[in-house]
Amino acid sequence: MNETGISSGVRILIVDDEKAIRRFLKTSLSSQGYEVAEAKNGTEALTALKSFRPDAVVLDLGLPDMDGVVVTKKIRELTQTPIVIVSVRDQETDKINALDAGADDYLTKPFSAPELFARLRAVMRRLARVQDDPVFNIDDLMVDLSKRLVKVKGTEIRLTPTEYDVLKVLVLNAGKVITHQQIIKQVWSKNQKDYEGIEHLLRVTVSNLRNKLEPDPSRPTYILTDAGVGYRLKFEA
Amino acid sequence: MLEQNHKNNDLNHSAPEVFLEVAASEELRKKGKLKIFFGYSAGVGKTYAMLSAIRRAKENGIDAAIGYVETHGRKETEGLLDGIEIIPRKTVVYKGASIPEMDLDAVLKRRPQIAVVDELAHTNAPGSRHLKRFQDIEELLASGIDVYTTLNIQHLEGFNDVVARITGIVMKETVPDRIMDEADEIEVADTPIGELLQRLKDGKVYLGEQAALAAQNFFNEGNLNALREITLRHAAQLVDDQVQSYLKRRAISGPWPARERLLVCITSHPASSELVRAGRLLAAGFDAQWFVVYINNSKFISEINRDRVMRTLQMAEQLGATALTLSGYHVAQEIINYARSNNVTKIILGKPLKRNLSDLLKGTIVDQVVEQSGDIDVHIITPKKNNKMQVEKPAIIKKSLSRYFNSILLVIGISLFGGVIQARLAPTNLAMFYLLGVVVAAIRWGRGPSVFAALLSVLVFDFFFVKPYFTFVVSDTQYIFTFAALLIVGLIISRLTVRTRDQAVDARAREAQATALYNLSRYLTAAKDISAIVDIVYTHFVQTFHSRVAVFLKEGASLNLQGNPGYPITEHEKAVATWVAQNKQAAGWGTETLSASVAQYVPLKTGDNIFGVLGIKFDYLGERLPLDERRLLETFATQIALAIERVLLVEEARQMQLMREKEIMQTALFDSISHDLKTPLVSIQGSLSDMLENKNLEERSKQAHLETAYEETVRMNRLVNNLLDTARLEAGAFKLSLKPYEVRDLVGTVIKEFEVPLKDRKVTVKISSDLPDVVMDFILMAKVLANIIDNAIKYSPFNLPIDIESAVADDYVEIKVLDRGLGIPKDDLERIFDKFYRVKQPENFEGTGLGLSICKRIVDAHKGKIWAEDRTGGGSIFTIALPLSKGHVHE
Repeated sequence: MNETGISSGVRILIVDDEKAIRRFLKTSLSSQGYEVAEAKNGTEALTALKSFRPDAVVLDLGLPDMDGVVVTKKIRELTQTPIVIVSVRDQETDKINALDAGADDYLTKPFSAPELFARLRAVMRRLARVQDDPVFNIDDLMVDLSKRLVKVKGTEIRLTPTEYDVLKVLVLNAGKVITHQQIIKQVWSKNQKDYEGIEHLLRVTVSNLRNKLEPDPSRPTYILTDAGVGYRLKFEA
Repeated sequence: MLEQNHKNNDLNHSAPEVFLEVAASEELRKKGKLKIFFGYSAGVGKTYAMLSAIRRAKENGIDAAIGYVETHGRKETEGLLDGIEIIPRKTVVYKGASIPEMDLDAVLKRRPQIAVVDELAHTNAPGSRHLKRFQDIEELLASGIDVYTTLNIQHLEGFNDVVARITGIVMKETVPDRIMDEADEIEVADTPIGELLQRLKDGKVYLGEQAALAAQNFFNEGNLNALREITLRHAAQLVDDQVQSYLKRRAISGPWPARERLLVCITSHPASSELVRAGRLLAAGFDAQWFVVYINNSKFISEINRDRVMRTLQMAEQLGATALTLSGYHVAQEIINYARSNNVTKIILGKPLKRNLSDLLKGTIVDQVVEQSGDIDVHIITPKKNNKMQVEKPAIIKKSLSRYFNSILLVIGISLFGGVIQARLAPTNLAMFYLLGVVVAAIRWGRGPSVFAALLSVLVFDFFFVKPYFTFVVSDTQYIFTFAALLIVGLIISRLTVRTRDQAVDARAREAQATALYNLSRYLTAAKDISAIVDIVYTHFVQTFHSRVAVFLKEGASLNLQGNPGYPITEHEKAVATWVAQNKQAAGWGTETLSASVAQYVPLKTGDNIFGVLGIKFDYLGERLPLDERRLLETFATQIALAIERVLLVEEARQMQLMREKEIMQTALFDSISHDLKTPLVSIQGSLSDMLENKNLEERSKQAHLETAYEETVRMNRLVNNLLDTARLEAGAFKLSLKPYEVRDLVGTVIKEFEVPLKDRKVTVKISSDLPDVVMDFILMAKVLANIIDNAIKYSPFNLPIDIESAVADDYVEIKVLDRGLGIPKDDLERIFDKFYRVKQPENFEGTGLGLSICKRIVDAHKGKIWAEDRTGGGSIFTIALPLSKGHVHE
């Protein structure tokens, strides 16, 4: 894949108070062909959002003037621009809070550059997908959302309605982590009286999906667990 | 006593802060201080020295005035009076002669800080308020005025006879020794003999009444030498005594080189106080530790004598002795036993003043002690003759009279009974009833009434029941034997019964004390903390002393009331407790200090360490507590203090241990962290700097450098995460979020993390298909498994397989990670889960040793187990066992 080609003209806003990190991100992302702008706090980020009009935001949570989660919410009030959080906070509650506030993905610092590129591509592609191709392909797995069709190595797999609904949410968000709550909201309606029970049901459903789709369910490759946060569907080979 | 109470009552009415101030200062301050200028003869310069001292005091701004000074017209002395206020004397007219005397009331009214009153031994003119001048001085002192006075050795009562023996002259004007003993300061005015003789020759010494003595050759060189020596020695001893008793009173800790240990044995005899004084002098002379004991041999002892014993023991204590009462029937034996068990080197006894029958048979107690003393010296002191045993108080006689009356009634009763059954019994058998009566009298009313009953019985028996009746005449001589037998048996029975009774009473009292003590110490020993001790004290004292208590504990510099006191604590009571805490000696009710308080306050101290104060409000209505109860109270206080000390020491030791452990941990942590954080940095910095600087670097080497740097950052990241996890665990910030999960999901998720490091290995995952879900905190358990897999990777060569297996075993789901690595030395298998423990391995294997300790904490929190073992064929097996949950079954 010619990544430079794909990325050319795409604008990324980097929000981080650490100069070294901004420098590293700018160097890496520029070399990928992205157009990069920097902000060192939340206020600058919100200003740049209007002036620079980025296609995606790479946002640190620990900003000097306001918390990254607050910045996320403020961005969401204005636009649906994808946001990838990069933070040293590694507790699952931090991740869930950021994701539920509207962030599209979450990377714990330190991270490798290719990992960040992949996440960025995933979040930006999701936005494009809405009007795009309803067929999702990864390795031996094929999901055709328009036909409710799932195939592994060309063989059709029979899924229960719940399994299909969960898989559909994953496919629509392929490549980014999606929290349990976000899946449950979309699959089990908004009636969440027995949240614990539904959460368990989700885990069972995912387990069954793996049994049907994964070549080795004990070492899943398609549906990945983000411990304590949610699931992520493999997006790139 | 009354006067003192009155004074304290005044204090009660003053503002609390004023009172606190007084309580904080020495109580002695309220009394004036007495300074004696002491000499061996007239003419040695006492008055001169005294006036010089007053001049110095005045120069220092102290308000001094002269109450009475006799300059005898000497110029040099008169010169010193210049500029010092002299309070006018008054003139007492006696038998037509007018005699000048100090105007006591004028001095009291003038109230100087220091009053000068010459010639302590002076006898006032008849008609004065006090007979002797020392009484005037005592009144001045009591009113708070300091007094400077002069005294010659020959006027001291205690030296009267010695001086008389030396000089052949008996002094009429004497001063009790206690005045000198209690003096606050003694300054010896000393002039060499030759000089004095010269001054005498020159007529510079006024001799007054001693003019006649001069004629009797009082002032010969030999006499003066002897007097001077006695004077100096006595003064030295007093000063030394004062220093020592001061130190002891203040409980200033030694060095007390107690080479000699003295034991003074006292009785209820008034002369016992003399024994104590003699003991003190000896103890001071030998620099010895000394004990004063009273042996209670269960014989009846009157209230007045008991009280005297108590006072004597108290005095002994004030003089620095360890004073106590011992119980035992054999006095001499008890003395020797006590002496032996306390390493006493000298025993001091009083010379017996009279001998009774049993003394003739067994020897006196002194004889017995001497006989059994072995290598202990025995000193026998002869008391002064005028110390006669005081007559029992009328109250006791009155009480006795009613007992005697009871005896008469009893004998009458028996006689009436005898009259009724006379016809059926031989008269000799009737005598038995009288004996019974004697026993009853002995048990109920003691020795005297029973002896009286015995005598009365013989007479009544003879009068009514022996022919011829109603006379004391006896016709049958055999009745003489009956009478004799009745009397002797009666007397013996009376004696034995009384003794048995007294011993039983005493034994009961002592048993009660022992039980109380035992109980207290038992409870105190079990007490784990201070509040438990306080509780025990509150519950215990009510039972033992019929009293209500308040416990104060020293917390830092302040003294704080603990728990719920049994009586109201007013500012005044608090102030007394504060005084006790500061002075480390008892005060309050029943003591001689601040006795106007409602409760007695005893320090809770061990040695010189004070932990608090115990306030006890007794229901007992007497003026002070009986001696034995006072002892018990002191023992209780000591027990409590020891318990507090023990608890504090244990706590201190625990803190020290914690600190030490923390220190060791910190050292290990720093060593570990500095090593483990720096090592990866070395590689990263090295690789990257080479790439930056070395322009000729081959592409292959660049790649190698980058791989190294990247791998090291991954490793460093893991280390930092472990440190953070440890910190969170330490802070208790880990909260388990328990939900049922598939082990397969757990294993799959963790393996995914290790995709890169595991890319060259064969990893086999064997999870039994019927494995139920396991309730766990997924994230924490993922950390555990990650750590173990990381270890397997680190400690085994890169191309050897790693197996992961999971199955049910008993009530657990086991997850095993098996490698083919180096294995773990047997000795280390247990310890690898300890914090900072690292298996001694070749250098290239690093880790803080935090990983496994974190794993263990997490698994423990899950009520699971984690262990390591050797794998047959090489390598090791790590097993995590998590409890099987019954509720959730695999679907």
